[in-house]
Amino acid sequence: MRKSLHPVVMIALVAAVTLAGRALPTWTLSLATIAASNALIALGIVVLARTGNVSFGQGLFFAAGGYGVALIANAWGLTDAVAQVIVGALCGGLLGLVVGPLIARYSGIFFGMLTLALSMVFYGALVKSTALGGSDGFNVGRPSLFGMSFTDPREADYMLYAISVIVTGFAGIAATILFRSEFGLASLAVRENNLRVEYLGLSANRIISINFLIAAIFAGASGAFALMAQRHIDPQFAYWTTSGEFVFVAVLAGNQSVAAVFVASMALELVRSFSNLYLPNTWQLVLGVFLLGVILFLPRGIGSLWIRDRRKRRISTTAHLTVERGAAP
Amino acid sequence: MNFFLTIILDGLIQASWLFIVALGLTLVFGVLKILNIAHGSFYALGAYIAATAVTMVAARGLPPSVGFVAMLLSVVLIASAIGLLLERGLLKMFYGRDEVVLLLVTYAVFLILEDVTKLIWGVNPIYATQPYELFGNLEFAGLYYVGYDLVLIPISAVVGFAIWFGLNRTVIGKIVLAVIHNEEMSVSMGVRVNRVYAIAFAFGALLAALAGALTAPKISMQPGLSSDVIILSFAIVVIGGLGSVEGAAIGAILVGLARAASVHLMPQAELFMIYLIMAAVLMFRPEGLFKRETARRI
Repeated sequence: MRKSLHPVVMIALVAAVTLAGRALPTWTLSLATIAASNALIALGIVVLARTGNVSFGQGLFFAAGGYGVALIANAWGLTDAVAQVIVGALCGGLLGLVVGPLIARYSGIFFGMLTLALSMVFYGALVKSTALGGSDGFNVGRPSLFGMSFTDPREADYMLYAISVIVTGFAGIAATILFRSEFGLASLAVRENNLRVEYLGLSANRIISINFLIAAIFAGASGAFALMAQRHIDPQFAYWTTSGEFVFVAVLAGNQSVAAVFVASMALELVRSFSNLYLPNTWQLVLGVFLLGVILFLPRGIGSLWIRDRRKRRISTTAHLTVERGAAP
Repeated sequence: MNFFLTIILDGLIQASWLFIVALGLTLVFGVLKILNIAHGSFYALGAYIAATAVTMVAARGLPPSVGFVAMLLSVVLIASAIGLLLERGLLKMFYGRDEVVLLLVTYAVFLILEDVTKLIWGVNPIYATQPYELFGNLEFAGLYYVGYDLVLIPISAVVGFAIWFGLNRTVIGKIVLAVIHNEEMSVSMGVRVNRVYAIAFAFGALLAALAGALTAPKISMQPGLSSDVIILSFAIVVIGGLGSVEGAAIGAILVGLARAASVHLMPQAELFMIYLIMAAVLMFRPEGLFKRETARRI
């Protein structure tokens, strides 16, 4: 987002999008809910990617949030949507708190592989745990809100849409503030050169861990949304192709703009549902071609379509520098 | 005693074809510095092509040994052609980008190939069991094994030795090693790095497809094959060290044994075990078991 955009304007924007949902047809509501939920987890990946690390295992926290919410909902009858999101975020966050510091010292491909390995360990455990329904998973009841239960499916859809847009919107605003803060800039410095950051007296590991924790919290909350939207959970939440899709959204968006994450996520959902409709057996093919096209023609993501100020020059010079240093292992 | 022997033999049978897949993956990573997610798709492609070849040969009433040869030949030809085409036509455009971006390019290729195989061969399971009876049944220390399974072990040993010999004892191999070691220096010494890239990628695809062909008679081919295999071969090359042939062998044996052991001892822990080993290796030796630590430039 541009520097001139004040947080109040952003809050107004979120409110406007939420209210606009009233005018949208029902099929777009559930689409937008999934898109907002995916945008939330992809936002986490973008936050983490600013330190130069890409997680290929966000499915771990996504599934942790989803399963945590589903188990608590079924055991204690917790159906409140807001409480479920908080529980999901907590589950993801707690796991992120444990995992983050352990893997913060890895970088590049090893970071990606380790996160992927951890999510696949979780997947393997979930598939084989008969208590959790094994590979079939299990169902959860319809969510409520502040004691109101929604019997009209349209109202229920709108409720989910509103909550997911508001939560994701506020996460986006928080991320924008974070990116502009001292901590956000230090994260960028870690990507450029973590040893120099250490020389300056900051702990690169701690910066990565905190960003990882934020990504995990976002992923956990996103898992809660996915659960509420599908009212069903299975180990597929933790499978590597699920995580791959989230990285896909993050790459599509690029790391220049928070708004781009939402646009990218919505674009992906639209492409998916239209190719589901018209090319039911080849939507992965469409997705793959789409991804290749974006990487080829928009190397800095969808965000580069509308962010063309001095930032562009700055980023292209740093990109040039990294390519020069790129020969170093 | 027999029990352990069973685990070890089963593990080695698993390790034999996993080794061939991992060899291709590690070679491509060593030369092109790309962790190729589409590698699993080449495996699946090999398996499917082999099934088609075997069925076509069987339909003409020829013996299964002809089918075996036909499937290997067709797979080797088609896979290396596809590998060459992909590298020259697509990957070439993305060199110099971030390694994560290249990873995503191969992810896109994986998605595309996944649907292409579905379009060509459909979503129902396909079988090609004729060559499986080719070597009869063998008795080994009181255990009965399908000969085909046991034959896989020497085949993969031969493939591994051929790769090792080719890399370390021939001029072409030395050139490839030079590119792995230092690309810039090789360019300045007159090596046509682009050509090495193309050959290495095609050869990696060939190895994956060869492993797919060799396992085709043992399994049923259906969608999802490629994502299962890539996840196993990732674990192997990460355990062994990316870009290392010895590492791929050790990693394949470890993963094969882990799979066999968990199948016999606690079937619920299979994937879990493999990834636990991978995570443990990464924790203590992030560069893998067989890779020397390299000094980093600041």
